[in-house]
Amino acid sequence: MTKQFDVIIIGGGATGAGVARDCSLRGLKALLLERGDIATGATGRNHGLLHSGARYAVTDRESAEECIKENMILRRIARHCVEPTDGLFISLPEDGLEFQAKFIEACLAAGIRAEAIDPKEALRMEPSANPAMIGAVRVPDGAVDPFRLTTANLIDAKAHGAQVKTYHEVLDFVREQDRIVGVTALDRRTGQKQEYRAQIVVNAGGIWGHDIARKAGVTINMLPAKGSLLIFGHRVNNIVLNRCRKPADADILVPGDTISLIGTTSSKVPFDEVDNMYVTADEVDLLLREGTKLAPSLAHTRILRAYAGVRPLVASDDDPSGRSVSRGIVVLDHAVRDGVEGFITITGGKLMTYRLMAEWTTDLICKKLGIDKKCVTADVALPGSREQEQALSKKLYSVPVAQRESAINRHGELAERVNTTSAAKRSLVCECEEVSVGEVEYALNELDVHNLVDLRRRTRVGMGTCQGELCACRAAGLMSEAGKYCTREAKQDLANFLNERWKGMAPVAWGDTLRESQFTTWLYDGVCGLKNQKNTI
Amino acid sequence: MAQQSEFNFEQCIKCTVCTVYCPVAAVNPLFAGPKQAGPDGERLRLKHPGFYDESLKWCLNCKRCEVACPSNVRIGDIIQAARIKHSKKRPGLREFMLANTDLVGSLASPFAPMVNFAVGLKPTKMVMDKMVGIDHRRTFPKYAFGTFECWMKRQRRKQAKFARQVSFFHGCYVNYNNPQLGKDFVKVMNALGVGVQMLKGEKCCGVPLISNGLIDKARRQGEHNTALIRESVVEKRLPVVATSSTCTFTLRDEYPHLLDIDNSDVRDGVEMATRYIYRLIESGVVQLRFKKDARRLRVAYHTACHVEKLGWSYYSLALLRMIPSVELVELDSQCCGIAGTYGFKRENYPTSQSIGESLFAKIEASGCDVVSTDCETCKWQIEMSTTKKAIHPISILAEALE
Repeated sequence: MTKQFDVIIIGGGATGAGVARDCSLRGLKALLLERGDIATGATGRNHGLLHSGARYAVTDRESAEECIKENMILRRIARHCVEPTDGLFISLPEDGLEFQAKFIEACLAAGIRAEAIDPKEALRMEPSANPAMIGAVRVPDGAVDPFRLTTANLIDAKAHGAQVKTYHEVLDFVREQDRIVGVTALDRRTGQKQEYRAQIVVNAGGIWGHDIARKAGVTINMLPAKGSLLIFGHRVNNIVLNRCRKPADADILVPGDTISLIGTTSSKVPFDEVDNMYVTADEVDLLLREGTKLAPSLAHTRILRAYAGVRPLVASDDDPSGRSVSRGIVVLDHAVRDGVEGFITITGGKLMTYRLMAEWTTDLICKKLGIDKKCVTADVALPGSREQEQALSKKLYSVPVAQRESAINRHGELAERVNTTSAAKRSLVCECEEVSVGEVEYALNELDVHNLVDLRRRTRVGMGTCQGELCACRAAGLMSEAGKYCTREAKQDLANFLNERWKGMAPVAWGDTLRESQFTTWLYDGVCGLKNQKNTI
Repeated sequence: MAQQSEFNFEQCIKCTVCTVYCPVAAVNPLFAGPKQAGPDGERLRLKHPGFYDESLKWCLNCKRCEVACPSNVRIGDIIQAARIKHSKKRPGLREFMLANTDLVGSLASPFAPMVNFAVGLKPTKMVMDKMVGIDHRRTFPKYAFGTFECWMKRQRRKQAKFARQVSFFHGCYVNYNNPQLGKDFVKVMNALGVGVQMLKGEKCCGVPLISNGLIDKARRQGEHNTALIRESVVEKRLPVVATSSTCTFTLRDEYPHLLDIDNSDVRDGVEMATRYIYRLIESGVVQLRFKKDARRLRVAYHTACHVEKLGWSYYSLALLRMIPSVELVELDSQCCGIAGTYGFKRENYPTSQSIGESLFAKIEASGCDVVSTDCETCKWQIEMSTTKKAIHPISILAEALE
């Protein structure tokens, strides 16, 4: 039995979710297939920086212009995913001030508001910044939560008829002559294979798009460039801090929700490593060394974890670092490029331009299908960003302050769907991030959650300082109650979740982070008896 | 070792033992407990001040969470500092009355018999409850007719004769409510061959100002007192001794932690009377001579929260044990619930009494003749809520001296 769609989108990152939404809003019947959970690739493994474009203004004018346009659009349509913190590009004595003038000129030329401010004023605005700075430029940077952004796109896509299937891996393509007419996918949770047919198949697989294209018989040369980042335990800065110089390693400090992030490094990695990225000790040292130049207090701030992502850059030259490769959007119509009909690859670009990437892809789909519908995604607000936060705060007045504000931050007006009617529903699962029982149940019921790691991406359960110490077992209990899995699976999932948390803590396991992880081990291993599992912490 | 973070809350590993030890969280579900209100909340408030929750007002600042914490997180300080920084509740008439112990004391003292009579009347209590928000079930501390300072001024020449000297921080309670405790202190010190001086123009330590939100005034008084202490400790080389445990704790720790007053050079020179006396006796320089025929007295010692925080109940207990006629019962260290002015407020009264309930029962069951405690507000709470009198260890000591 096969199922027929207009479009199949492979990949549940921001781009795939954006394409699914755009297609659905234009009346196409879309299916999104993701081999793992949403936002597991580069989407969920970056800075979460709402670029103003300033970073690219000098080196890549086109990207800079795209960024500032999308920046302004996201502030409108994805308000609950975005924090308009602004950004400072600070010049340290070692950088000099020569770059600053060129930088401001390039920003203004690209349409980016950039004003030089007095270093003293900059320090007043952002007390954590390095007081040794000799110059500062203020730009409209911000923070964006990629998990929320992806989720919101998918909620809207589903509301307009799209189907979303996570843990579905595309095994092969279905062809008729030189035409792709569908895919065969494996449901990784049940082990069943299923054929899905569509007029167009979109490859939005990020770095994995390289392999997906190969299965379709076309070649895309991608350049996996690893970028590592460190997460600090709390907000160190409330304004994004950048270095005012040519883009280099570890020169952006972003405040994101309850934490701050320093990144990134950049190094070429082989394709066989992209599924399992490790952060090395040298990278941690580099990030800390450079990070403390932006904000000296990082030297004695607790580091929660380290992680790395892979940039899905399309190779255009031989630059081994991947730093000078264009971040431009690449839409490939394989009918034109390779003679394969019904197959499109969308790649390159970045989180900031996911919507524009989706717009261009959907424009091409519509052209191919002969549909004359305009893109509306720049104007229609995403679910969660349709009501003012203050009004929501008033509506949910009976919920304790921190819990209420956290839920509104995460879900916007959809926080109203969280059951807060009883003390039991308002009790906390995750104490660090104020996630209530009601919020977990909302995520389990409505947001395609199949395990604890999925739940973390929807709600921030386990993202706080305790890294799952108190919340993991509570959440596993709720998952079992909701019928998501049996006791044996719950134990395995708990072990998987804790190991996934440990993976990020291991590269920075010293001081309080090590103490806390030891305490967690003692709790789960010693008290709860979570033993005899492979690789238990 | 790595440099310690300025963000002390980061040392929290979420063991939650603080919440287990919190007297408020145990009886009042509206308070989320020290872990949530302290380190967890602080992290959220750093993200946005809008995460501040007015329920932090339930914290009675006993600091038992800090005593319990194995990670040395200054939980109580984090909560109090957040209240100072974020609370939108402005102090009203009630807060002004409760906070300005100095002013109210100096107004009430000259008319003490009348004031004591009037505030003890039921109609007065009802009016105070309805109009001001001070609970009508609360018994007020009595004011004394004539202040301790007044009495002390007449002692100056006599006290100057002693070779060894200390400065006495008497606090508002001794000055306006219980000058006898101050006189007892002077008697004990003199018996030990120590003369007692006053600080020149000491002001209230400021703890009621801090807990009632009058921070600027608290800081001004703190700076004033710290200068006096500095004059005594640094210039005259005289330790500053106080009978009130909370005054001692405030002068030493609340000043630097909550009011940003640097007292690092003089902090060690401020201590509780019982500690000073115990250490003097232990050093072998002096001895106390007790009455031979004193009546046996069964004393139940209650460890006030700030004595627990200072870690100094040992000294009071050891002193009481030295008295031959005293039979000592050591009560479990727990909060009595009053927490200074906290228990006077109408909305706090039920919480206050629930916290103290098990303590009151233990006191009644102990078969003691009197309770002894280093804290004046614990004394009020215990005397109001049990059938027993509560007497400061120094007064018991003074009474037992030959």
